Amino acid sequence: MSRSQILRENIVKESPRDDLIRKDRFPHIWCPGCSLGTVLKCYVEAIASSNIPIDKHVVVSGIGCTGRIAGYIKLDSYHVTHGRPIAFAEGMRIVRPDLEVTVISGDGDLVTIGGNHFIHAIRRNVDINVFLVNNFIYGMTGNQMGSTTPIGARSSTSPYGCPEYPFNLPLLVASLGAPFVARWTTLHVRQLADAMKRALQVKGFAFIEIITSCPVGFGSYNELREGLDFIKLFRDSCVVDHNADLTKVGITLRPGEPIVLGNFVDREVPTYHDLEKEVFKKAGWLK
Amino acid sequence: MSGELKLLKPGTHFLMGNIACAEAALIAGCEFYAGYPITPSNEIAEHMSRRMPELGRHFIQMEDEIASAVAILGASAAGVKSMTATSGPGFSLMMESIGLSAMLELPCVIVDVQRAGPSTGIPTFVGQGDVMQSRWGSHGDYELVVYAPSSVQEFFDLTIEAFNTSEWLRIPTIVLSDEVVGHMYGRLEVPPYDKITIINRKKYEGRKEDYLPYNYETLIPPFVAAGEGYRIHMTGLTHDERGYPSLEIEDSHKLLERLVMKVRKNAKNLWKYESYFIDDADIVVITFGITARASIEAVKRARKEGLKIGLLKLLTLWPFPEDPVKIASQYARRILVAEINMGQLIHPVREVAECPVASINYPVGYVPPPEYILDGIRAAV
Repeated sequence: MSRSQILRENIVKESPRDDLIRKDRFPHIWCPGCSLGTVLKCYVEAIASSNIPIDKHVVVSGIGCTGRIAGYIKLDSYHVTHGRPIAFAEGMRIVRPDLEVTVISGDGDLVTIGGNHFIHAIRRNVDINVFLVNNFIYGMTGNQMGSTTPIGARSSTSPYGCPEYPFNLPLLVASLGAPFVARWTTLHVRQLADAMKRALQVKGFAFIEIITSCPVGFGSYNELREGLDFIKLFRDSCVVDHNADLTKVGITLRPGEPIVLGNFVDREVPTYHDLEKEVFKKAGWLK
Repeated sequence: MSGELKLLKPGTHFLMGNIACAEAALIAGCEFYAGYPITPSNEIAEHMSRRMPELGRHFIQMEDEIASAVAILGASAAGVKSMTATSGPGFSLMMESIGLSAMLELPCVIVDVQRAGPSTGIPTFVGQGDVMQSRWGSHGDYELVVYAPSSVQEFFDLTIEAFNTSEWLRIPTIVLSDEVVGHMYGRLEVPPYDKITIINRKKYEGRKEDYLPYNYETLIPPFVAAGEGYRIHMTGLTHDERGYPSLEIEDSHKLLERLVMKVRKNAKNLWKYESYFIDDADIVVITFGITARASIEAVKRARKEGLKIGLLKLLTLWPFPEDPVKIASQYARRILVAEINMGQLIHPVREVAECPVASINYPVGYVPPPEYILDGIRAAV
């Protein structure tokens, strides 16, 4: 009996959070060994325990494998153009302070094509949550390299190894003044769900980089062909250090070099909405 | 909240076109403005940055025009009226979101104060080169409505009209102004507020469990905003009536048909135009925007010379006012299309006209002098 057959017998039809999942959209499109389902589960756990009414949660996604999360979650959910979910979320949050707006999208979407919106939303400190799923590659379009692909990693457009430096995202986000910055992998489900829960409470731009498995995409080019290979990689190379020097947390995926995880930043920073209130006062609208 | 709603008072004003546009947006109920600096539309953003907070509404300067056009859709999805304003180069960047607005059926208003030339062109000079882009700029099939003002008053009136049409049909609407109309000062009559029609998008009122975001039974589906408990899904992917992505050809067909038919079926109600001296005209000048001002003067002078010339000023450019153009072409010997470009509006005119059609093009970045248009008329006689 193969491993997949054993798993098939263990499939359950109900989940404790079915009320938050669009079951009529299943089966989902994600590949075997992909951990986007884990991201979805952690998010659902976080909102269920967030003390914010479920109907006030909104998800905005862009394009890509992760972008499909908006379609599987039973909340008001908006699946917009490539790279633009943050700008969409900003418009929505600014006019509706009662909404808890969360952007869940991929690395290619949010920091490559959408990089400009990303840095400016952080600089403004708009009160949204951004859960960036980093699989080091453009999965849906056929495994092209992107701005998070480590140097030397292979992809369908870097057959000789990626010749570019990748982003160090926690450093970038922290440097722009974000009140909450974390990084977890999908092996660290409890820490990830807790970080998401904290992000939902944080006033201002809350950022979590989620390192995921991608055996069919990134893995197939880089000797990580099974979901389990990623889990082993995460187990062997992850180091939790909440106080890490963020200049040293760039991900190389080279043997012996750690993937540093943690809730790196958690601080109070006045939000865009706080500052906008000052504008309303000076304009005579608010006393 | 403690402020009072300080809108532009009914009565006579003397205002810049761009400012009249901004004040019209406030009266129409615009609650969110997102924009990026660009000449010659800046006065709209500047004015909104001062006025919106006075009314407890939101102004934000985004990082680019892409973000501006997306942010107004986020606000629209949250249930408020929203707009942005720009000029050619920024308008090009907004094309992606015009498609998203059409596809998600999220109302928004985009003002394009046209300037001269392709690419960066001449930012401070006038142009009318965005006629085709305003209609066909985003990929795939969709329809939208484009209005073109030729005066401060029309800029004001058509901005309100653009909000109303956008809300009514759940589409993006464009106000295709130009540098001269944007910067000219002119007389503005603001009617009493109860005489100004304001349309708000139709909200869904049935049972929650029956709600379908894109109900096939409707041409313009009723709207629900984020946070109202409907748990809706909207996607730029081709979708079915539940809003879920679909690869079914039938769903794709029904979606596209609705996206175009809600404009096409209402085209006659959307056409706005004015005719001058047209009843006995041998030659009809068809024009729009600032070129209409010079053209009317040229036609008056031609009449003094005894030439039977008429004029049709189009206030709606898209959907193209086919009937009035066709009827004019049935009585006239010839149609001349006057525009500040190398020939754009002439194409839809040719498509419907039953008489020969020629251009009076003036692509140099100024308003053509009436004499220039008169020369074109004389040549056609």
